[in-house]
Amino acid sequence: MQPIIEIRGLEKTYASGFQALKGVDLDIRRGEILALLGPNGAGKTTLISIVCGLVRATSGSVTVDGHDIVRDWRAARALIGLVPQELTTEAFESVRATVSFSRGLFGKPPDPAVIERILKDLSLWDKRDTKVMALSGGMKRRVLIAKALSHEPRILFLDEPTAGVDVELRRGMWEMIGRLRDSGVTIILTTHYIEEAEEMADSIGVISGGRIILVEGKAALMEKLGKRLLTLSLQNPLDAIPAELAGYPLTLSDDGRELVYRFDAQHEHTGIAGLLRKLGDHGIDFTNLRTEESSLEEIFVSLVKERA
Amino acid sequence: MNIHAIRAIYIFELARTWRTLFQSIAGPVISTSLYFIVFGAAIGGRFASVEGVSYGAFLVPGLVMMSVLTESVSNASFGIYMPRYSGTIYEVLSAPISAFETVVGYVGAAATKSIILGTLILLTARLFVEFSIVHPFWMIAFLVLTSVTFSLLGFILGIWANGWEKLQIVPMLIVTPLAFLGGSFYSITMLPPFWQKVALFNPVVYLVSGFRWSFYGTADVPVALSLAMTALLLVICLAVVWWIFRTGYRLKN
Repeated sequence: MQPIIEIRGLEKTYASGFQALKGVDLDIRRGEILALLGPNGAGKTTLISIVCGLVRATSGSVTVDGHDIVRDWRAARALIGLVPQELTTEAFESVRATVSFSRGLFGKPPDPAVIERILKDLSLWDKRDTKVMALSGGMKRRVLIAKALSHEPRILFLDEPTAGVDVELRRGMWEMIGRLRDSGVTIILTTHYIEEAEEMADSIGVISGGRIILVEGKAALMEKLGKRLLTLSLQNPLDAIPAELAGYPLTLSDDGRELVYRFDAQHEHTGIAGLLRKLGDHGIDFTNLRTEESSLEEIFVSLVKERA
Repeated sequence: MNIHAIRAIYIFELARTWRTLFQSIAGPVISTSLYFIVFGAAIGGRFASVEGVSYGAFLVPGLVMMSVLTESVSNASFGIYMPRYSGTIYEVLSAPISAFETVVGYVGAAATKSIILGTLILLTARLFVEFSIVHPFWMIAFLVLTSVTFSLLGFILGIWANGWEKLQIVPMLIVTPLAFLGGSFYSITMLPPFWQKVALFNPVVYLVSGFRWSFYGTADVPVALSLAMTALLLVICLAVVWWIFRTGYRLKN
């Protein structure tokens, strides 16, 4: 199936000379939740802003469900809802008025029933006649989500949706995003929180220094996550891995003083017992042993460093 | 054409007027009443008539025009500056709405408000003085044209301003003086010859003169010239707005 968003060779250089995007190619599959991970200033918000029409790309193209965002901007934009990072709200408006305004802005006729359903879904119905400025930060965030959903978009961009939101509310928001995905909405969210990406995303994209450095299904990434390392400190340094141990994924480090074994922690037979027996058989003594797992965070940090 | 979007902006903006009813409508009506009491009744009583019209009646078109000018600029500038300031403009910029539709929504609402205001001031004036309207059609035409033109000017100002101070400075230092010196309180024929020439560089003179002509049939400058100047101002404002959206000036990176 054709991706719902296709980004090709997207570049952005701001007037200040700062190059925020350096040639981004990205396909976003229909109905998936894509988490864009990246450090501050990586280009996440710029990328989203271009797709939503807030920033003009220097070069490259974006199509949304087949509609070019420049030539066919009306059709492209009508499909998108955007929840910005900043809590920018019309302070003096009531919740219902500001959400209804958004629906109109995106070209949909007024429909009180839809607004009611959205507000109820986001637990805002009790606050429908309250002025936005009287709401807490978490509620304002939900108002922004309600505004983005008011015209029933097919694609929802969430720019750091849970920044500054407490744990309980974050859970609630994840559930809501899950329900949206179940209803067929494609969701792209940016986040700093690895946990958030792990919890919700189908795919994870890592962006750094204006480039997409990895896009992978979460399952594939979790596979990598599942890898663990067993490090043995050797009594006597080795020059090379003995031929008898060739069958094991072993590497030497620290000038041959350490032997590192990579294994799959989720696998029933880790092979550790067998390896240790063999080491004993070949008279390779060790003074210490430790295991560690590589978290998504570590993978992420090393990826970002590697490409920096 | 995204009719729903125009409607949403228009209603949203008029609702803002409703919310700030006192500030946007009652304020100007009260200050105009004060002008009538001070200039019309207290001082005006000592004046002979101007161009065959009692001074109180002579004041009516000028005062309406002055309020419409200043309120159009301040309403429209505030209407577009506020979302830029708070950041909510992101929504308008990401919506499937064209520049033309955006302007129709914001400027249409500001102009509507000015027309209502102008009408209210006329009704208020009726309580103080007797006046006639010789050319009602042209009266409405001038009122609408001026409201739209100066709402466009306000829209431009609201996009240009990058602080509250700038937003206040243009109405205070440019629009209000031009309105005061534009013959709201006097006929420019009462000025010394040199200042009469200077006054002709003030676009407000043409607006007030044309508007007054629609009431009493007399004018400082030919009415066709008034109409042409108003239209010229309108075209200039439209051109600037067109340029703003074409280049994304102060709206997009």
